[in-house]
Amino acid sequence: MPEISSQPFTSPRADLSASDAGAEKSISSSARGPDPSQLSCPRPLADHPHIVLGHGGGGKLSAELIEQIFLPRFGAPSDHPLGDSTVVALPAGRIAVSTDSFVVRPLFFPGGSIGDLAVNGTVNDLAASGAQPLYLTASFILEEGLPLDDLVRIVEDMARAARNAGVRIIAGDTKVVERGHGDGCYITTTGVGIVPDGCDIRLDRAQVGDVVLISGTVGDHGMAVMSRREGLEFSGPLASDTASLSGLVQALLAVCPDVHVLRDPTRGGLAMTLNEIAQAARCGIEIIQAAVPIDPIVQSACEFLGLDPLLVANEGKIVAVVPAATAEQALNALRRHPLGQRAAMIGQVIADPNHLVVARTAVGTRRVVPMPIGEQLPRIC
Amino acid sequence: MKYLDEFRDGEQARRLADEIARITTRPWSIMEVCGGQTHSIIRNGIDQILPVGVEMIHGPGCPVCVTPLGVIDKALAIAARPEVIFCSFGDMLRVPGSRDDLLRVKGAGGDVRVVYSPLDALRLARENPDRQVVFLAIGFETTAPANAMAVKLAKQEGIRNFSALVSHVLVPPAIEAIVRSPGNRVHAFLAAGHVCSVMGYHQYHILAETYHVPIVVTGFEPLDLLEGIRRVIWQLEHGESRVENAYERVVTEAGNVAAQATIAEVFEVTNRGWRGIGVIPYSGWKLREEYAEFDAERRFDVSQINAAESPICRAGEVLQGAIKPNQCAAFGKQCTPRHPLGATMVSSEGACAAYYHYGRFVELQGTKG
Repeated sequence: MPEISSQPFTSPRADLSASDAGAEKSISSSARGPDPSQLSCPRPLADHPHIVLGHGGGGKLSAELIEQIFLPRFGAPSDHPLGDSTVVALPAGRIAVSTDSFVVRPLFFPGGSIGDLAVNGTVNDLAASGAQPLYLTASFILEEGLPLDDLVRIVEDMARAARNAGVRIIAGDTKVVERGHGDGCYITTTGVGIVPDGCDIRLDRAQVGDVVLISGTVGDHGMAVMSRREGLEFSGPLASDTASLSGLVQALLAVCPDVHVLRDPTRGGLAMTLNEIAQAARCGIEIIQAAVPIDPIVQSACEFLGLDPLLVANEGKIVAVVPAATAEQALNALRRHPLGQRAAMIGQVIADPNHLVVARTAVGTRRVVPMPIGEQLPRIC
Repeated sequence: MKYLDEFRDGEQARRLADEIARITTRPWSIMEVCGGQTHSIIRNGIDQILPVGVEMIHGPGCPVCVTPLGVIDKALAIAARPEVIFCSFGDMLRVPGSRDDLLRVKGAGGDVRVVYSPLDALRLARENPDRQVVFLAIGFETTAPANAMAVKLAKQEGIRNFSALVSHVLVPPAIEAIVRSPGNRVHAFLAAGHVCSVMGYHQYHILAETYHVPIVVTGFEPLDLLEGIRRVIWQLEHGESRVENAYERVVTEAGNVAAQATIAEVFEVTNRGWRGIGVIPYSGWKLREEYAEFDAERRFDVSQINAAESPICRAGEVLQGAIKPNQCAAFGKQCTPRHPLGATMVSSEGACAAYYHYGRFVELQGTKG
C-alpha cells in the first residue's frame, strides 16, 4: 500500500490563499504583526460586494474569503492551523485519484450549480472506479466582478454536495482574473478515495454476454443547461440530474461485488461512454433503443433542437456492465436506491471485431450509435 | 410523446413494411427530398426493412449541404470583422469554406453566435446598437417565413444595424432539375413535409404530370416515411403519377397562406447556385429591392468573393442521387465528419454524414454476409 507522505505542520503559510507569487501570507495576521496588505494603496475594500483582483492576491482580502466564506462552509481541514498542505489519514486499500475542471454557463441552472457539479463530478469519477470517495481539493478561478453572493451560493452548494457524498473538502486555492477573462467562476476539484481490496472495475473488463445497465434517465443535465443558457422554454421543467453517485455505487457493489465496468456518462452522453467501453474492451455493445429511459420533456426538447438524447450530458447517472448472472440483482439494487429508481437494463456486450455500439430501433432495425465529435449542434429545421 | 410515439410504433412499422413488400414487383428508386427524412431513414434503419430492389436515394434537401461555397466564404469574411456579431443556425458552424469554418473564425476572435431563430438575431441587434448584427439566412421554404419576418420587422422598427446574408433555396426547381438531368435514376419523390407545411403542395402537380413521377408529401417519423414509400410504390406499380398528401396532420394543399404572404413581401425568386450541383434557374429567393438595405452582401461589400469546390469531393453527385456516399473515393478516408471536404459530410442531415454515422453498420453487415 502506498504511503502518504506526511509533512509536519511547520509552515504557517495559508495554503488556501497561497498566491502564485509565493509570498508568505498568513490568514491569521493578528498573530504575526502588521499585515503588509493593510498598508497598500488604495485600501482594500473589505466589504466589497463583488470579487476584486485583490481577492486573489494572497493578502488580507484573500484571507477574508477563506475565513468568511470557505472555512465556515467547508469546515476546517484539521485541528491544526492551515498549512501549505493538509495531512490526513487514509484507511487501507488502493488509492483512487481523479481531477476535473468545471466550466459551465450559466453558473446556476435548474437542478444545480457549478458548485454541485464540481463536487459531484469528481466524486462520481472516483465512485466509477469503485472507490469510496474521502477527500476533495477545490481550486477556484474567479472573475473580477463576480458577486460575492454568487460565490457564497456556489460554496454552499459545494458544501452541501460534499456532505451528501460523505467527502470533506480539505484544501483549496483562489485566483482572480480580470473582468472579461473568465465566465464568473471556474472550479477545479481533485478527489481521493479508497478502493477496497478485491474490487477491480475497469473499462476493459467488459466481456461478451455481460449486461449493460443505466441508473436512470439520460440527457437531463445537458438539456437543462442548454435550455437555461439559450433561454428556451419547454412544456415542463427541465432540471439537471447532478448528484453524488457514491451511495448508489456502494449499494450496487454491496450486492454485486463483481461489477466489471462503471462509468458516469457525462460529456458526450451515453453514446460516448458505450463507445469508450466497446473500444477499451475490444467488443461490441448492442442496446435496445426503447429500453433507454428518457424523460418525456428531455425527449421533446431534443426533438425540437434535432439533438440525440444519447449524446447529451448527464451528471448523476452511472452505466454499469455486470455479469449476466448478477444483472437482475444489480438492477434491483440500483432501483432500491433513491437515485436509481428508473434504472434499466439497456443492452448487452456482444462480440464485434469492429467494436461498434449498435441500437435496435423501435422498428426492429439496427443502427450504429456513433461516438460524438465535439459538441452537438442544433439543427436548422 | 404525443404526435411522435404513435408514429414510431414497431408493430405498425412491420405491418407497413410487409404491405410494401407485398405490392412491390420490381426495383424502384425513390428519392426522399429532405435531409430530415434522410436522417430519420438512416437513424431508424428504414432502408433495412424495404424489399430488395427498393432503393432510397438521398436528395438535395439539406440546406446546410447545398449552400454554395461562395456564400460560406462571404459569411466567413463578414464574421471575421470586429464590428460584427454573426448569427447562424448551429449546424452551419462546422461547414467548411475554402479555408476556414465559422467555428474557427470564432476561435480566432470572431463574434459568432448560434441562434435558434432569426428573431433572436434581431433582438441582439436591438440590444447592441453599436454593433453590426448579421444573420445567415439560409434554408428551404421552411425557414423562409421567420427569416422574412426578421427582415420585415427590422425595416418596420428601423433597426439599421441588422442585416441578412440570404441564400434561400426552393424545392420544386430542384426536383425538376433532377428529373431532367440525363443520368436521372429517380422514379418517384417523397416531398418534404415541412416545406409543404409552409408552401402547400399545389406547385407539385405540374411536376408529377409533366415528368410522370409520383410525388407524395411525407413526414419524418418511421411510420410517415413507410406510408410515403408505400404510396409512391403503389402509384409506380399501377402506372400512376399523382401528388398525394401522406402528412395530413401537418400539410394542407394551400399551405400557410400568411407565411407565404410574408415571404412574397420580402423575397423574390432568383437563380441560385447549389453547392455541388451548380446554378438552377429560379431556384432561390433573394431580398427584394425594397429591402436591399438589409442585404449583408451589399452592406459589407463581399459580392466579389467566389470559391472553388474540393476537386475530389463528389457531393454534387451524392446530392443528385447519382452515387451513394460510400461510392466516393474520399468517403471515410480524406473526408470524415471531423475533416469534411464537402457539406454533405458536415450537417447531421447530410447524406454523407448520415452514412458515416449510421450507415457503416449496414455496409459492414453487407460485406460479412
